[in-house]
Amino acid sequence: MTDNALYIDEMMDQYPAKPEYLIVILQDIQNKYGYISSDAMRLACDHVHVPMTQAYAVATFYQSFRLDPLGEHEIKVCLGTACHLKGGQRLVEDLERKLKVAPGETTEDMRFTLNTVNCVGACALAPVVSVDNKYHPNATAQKMEKVLKTLTDPSLAEMEGTGNA
Amino acid sequence: MITFTINDQKVTAGKGWTVLETAREYGIEIPTLCHHPAVKPSGACRLCMVELKDGDWSKLVASCIYPVAEGINIYTETPRVHNVRRWILEMLLASCPASPEISALAEAHGVISTRFKIHDPSQNCMICGLCQRICEEVVGLSAIAVVDRGVHKKVGSPFMRPTDVCVACGCCLTVCPTGAMQNIFDTVRGEPKMPLTQLAM
Amino acid sequence: MHDNALAVESESLCLRSLDDLNRFRKQIMDKRDPDQPEIVVCHGTGCLANGSAEVSEAIRSALEASGIDAKVFPGIKTTGCQGFCSHGPLVVIRPQGIFYQNVKPKDAKEIIEKTIVQGDIVKRLLYKNPTDGKKILHEQDIPFYKRQTRVVLHNIGKIDPTDICDTIASGGYQALAKALTTMTPEQVVTEIEISGLRGRGGAGFPTGRKWRSALNAIEKKGRPVYVVVNGDEGDPGAFMDRTIMEGDPHAVLEGLILGAYALGANKGYLYVRAEYPLAIKHLTIAMEQARAYGLLGDNILNSGFSFDARINRGAGAFVCGESTALFTSIEGNPGNPRPKYVRSVEEGLWGRPTVLNNVETWANIPLIVNKGGDWYAAIGVPHSTGTKVFSLVGKVNNVGLVEVPMGVPLSTIVEDIGGGVPGGAPFKAVQTGGPSGGCIPYELKDTPVDFDSLTKAGSMMGSGAMIVMDNRDCVVDVGRYFLRFLEEESCGKCMPCRLGLSRMREILDNFSEGKGSEKDIEDLLSLSKAIQDSALCALGSSAPNPVLTTLNYFKDEYLAHVTRQKCPAGVCKNLITYQIDPDVCTGCTACAKQCPVSCIAGEKKKPHAIDTSLCIRCGICMDTCKFNAVNVI
Repeated sequence: MTDNALYIDEMMDQYPAKPEYLIVILQDIQNKYGYISSDAMRLACDHVHVPMTQAYAVATFYQSFRLDPLGEHEIKVCLGTACHLKGGQRLVEDLERKLKVAPGETTEDMRFTLNTVNCVGACALAPVVSVDNKYHPNATAQKMEKVLKTLTDPSLAEMEGTGNA
Repeated sequence: MITFTINDQKVTAGKGWTVLETAREYGIEIPTLCHHPAVKPSGACRLCMVELKDGDWSKLVASCIYPVAEGINIYTETPRVHNVRRWILEMLLASCPASPEISALAEAHGVISTRFKIHDPSQNCMICGLCQRICEEVVGLSAIAVVDRGVHKKVGSPFMRPTDVCVACGCCLTVCPTGAMQNIFDTVRGEPKMPLTQLAM
Repeated sequence: MHDNALAVESESLCLRSLDDLNRFRKQIMDKRDPDQPEIVVCHGTGCLANGSAEVSEAIRSALEASGIDAKVFPGIKTTGCQGFCSHGPLVVIRPQGIFYQNVKPKDAKEIIEKTIVQGDIVKRLLYKNPTDGKKILHEQDIPFYKRQTRVVLHNIGKIDPTDICDTIASGGYQALAKALTTMTPEQVVTEIEISGLRGRGGAGFPTGRKWRSALNAIEKKGRPVYVVVNGDEGDPGAFMDRTIMEGDPHAVLEGLILGAYALGANKGYLYVRAEYPLAIKHLTIAMEQARAYGLLGDNILNSGFSFDARINRGAGAFVCGESTALFTSIEGNPGNPRPKYVRSVEEGLWGRPTVLNNVETWANIPLIVNKGGDWYAAIGVPHSTGTKVFSLVGKVNNVGLVEVPMGVPLSTIVEDIGGGVPGGAPFKAVQTGGPSGGCIPYELKDTPVDFDSLTKAGSMMGSGAMIVMDNRDCVVDVGRYFLRFLEEESCGKCMPCRLGLSRMREILDNFSEGKGSEKDIEDLLSLSKAIQDSALCALGSSAPNPVLTTLNYFKDEYLAHVTRQKCPAGVCKNLITYQIDPDVCTGCTACAKQCPVSCIAGEKKKPHAIDTSLCIRCGICMDTCKFNAVNVI
């Protein structure tokens, strides 16, 4: 944590010590570590002079914050209206079955985190699934299975790509 | 002084008063759950909605935060007001089935049963937020937070772990309208620094 | 930065007057050759997701490999979203305006060799008009674009949003220079009042009146006053604000600076959704460049007026689109709306007078200042002036961004511009206004699309999302969708919203399982009324709208669920059965391989069948089948 604490301290230096910078600091911490630990949250609170309760309320209120580590790969299924009408919910259910986790959860081996997002604004490509922030347009259960395979075992995907599978 | 009417009765209020304060001054009953004179009003429970009328035009306002104004006409017992109260109380009956206080209040307004499914029969916290507000505004500690949002909202401490910030003053216990804080209290306060016996000496 | 030479030069060229700006603009124009070909690649979020970054890279390498004479060497420009997202990646060759769609990296070489070198057309990349099957060569002749009036979007798809020189060349910051040198703040406010502009964020409050009330509040309370951009475009299905921020960030910024000048604000905030990383990036670049050129910061254009702004990334909360929730969020708190009966022009950010307008509203300001309020008021209809940008999505052929004058009939947007529903059937309903809006049925397709007419039809303008539904979309399911959305997005503070929305959803859940009674429909109406009457903020009080409008227009469909246990649209899982049409099934086994519960069986190359007792109705077989052999009954 000392290295992390140093990094966070340095990062926070660019922001004045005012409560209005709490959210951006938490965002920066999350961008760096994928989640916000209680130690990191404490540092942020000390810097902007707010009680831990405020930071914890903020971190649990906004959907983009996480309090536990993210899996190696983050799969986000868009559930905007257009994606919903084109089967986004069915994709979530399928991924739940495949990964054996509910949305918001991470697989036991820490490989995958499944999330949903309310509209990424790419409605023309519905349904959209974002894997590690890369959009997969017109997603289907079949396509997602291939994507998952590639992420689990890249060599497998290559074989499939050459028609050997 | 500001003069206006509540249920066609002429009332006067001081500058900066709310409709609720004025009504209570005159003994006009308006039900509330999240209101407490020790803390700022939060307008959360919406049980104190009253109808503001001007000729044919009318709208409902939350009396605990609505500032009085010269010449307004407020009605506390109209069909629209009753519709709101009854639905809120009926939903609370299903969400906080373990609270006799809520059952009694509901019954007082003619709501004796609920058509909604009860998900947790032991629940008695309605998340009015009084515990959090008293801790922040009066005690000045902010040991309790209202965390998460929407249907997942709940009362707790950071990371839902006991916190040393809590001094176990018990203010939250005092203001809690349903006694729900009793169940939450031990999950909030940290290890006592000193045994109570020593404190007494 | 795109144009490095100019950028470096500019450091000593901090613009100090209108003349400076014009001289600089001329300098940029002089360096350009209008006849030089330009290859424009759309880098909007939609096209990027379809691989347009790879396309522009391939075009660049193909150009370098081509050995084209330096004199006719084309420029490559990447722009914001051109709107025709369903046909991306889009490539336009200027000055002719040759329009290529669905371009893949492998097409790059051919585009360079044929079109750039030989002046020929790559026919297979042209857009085919579905009504007559004819290929269309030029961008401006495509019906999707032809019927639009691009006012706010005029720059998008033409300029490189990361290069301020491009913006300045196309007239950017002229309005600001005009206002700072020739207009008083009062005149700016008056011009906005004359224009009749109404807020594009949803409620449609007249912008001029808002600014006027802010001025009155300032008179009472003094300064500081804040100006804020609401870029928290949370309506699912809406992406016009994203497009404007990504494709023409300077327009938003210029509008904001003009507002600040009109109100005497020195500090502003741009609150942008975290889900829009590209918008945040482009706005950040735009602000850096504007500062470098003396258009933002201290003593703008040497006028004595100083203003600066900062970007606040949202953190994922729909409710922050509500003004007071947005303020509490900027202040560093959870986005709970404020329990106060005070308008935010009087008591907004940090309790100070604050003017909050939506992205599209701000982007309209420079146009009004430049061309006059009367010019603007002449567009559209009397009480809804100007144009409005809509994102047309769902079951429609041309999915994308559409700008039309206020007051055009709904059918013009959905059928003429949008090309109607795939397959040619009439649409069932159009959902406008997002989770706060409602569904407008086909029978009302001639409804003029303006603030008041949409409200009269039981819906609302909202931020401009239009979701087209066809007869395979179920209104009970759509109602459940929006309620679940709002249940999750509600701040949870007030009880009618937190408790009421999930109880409404539970009633609809029952309907979707064929349970419930007509009495439940009455309950829904009564509970909706209670929520509308008592919720703390607009999110809650408008939340019942999607259910109320569908109950109003599609009551029979609700009744079909409740009384006959049928979902006519074939959506509600518990009321449908999947089956394979043996006459259509080719026995390709694709569905059987995908079925998660292995309930599809059959011999290879022979019709397959679903064991309905095991089927979990996940719908994967239907999505997988390439022959449309899987049906819902």
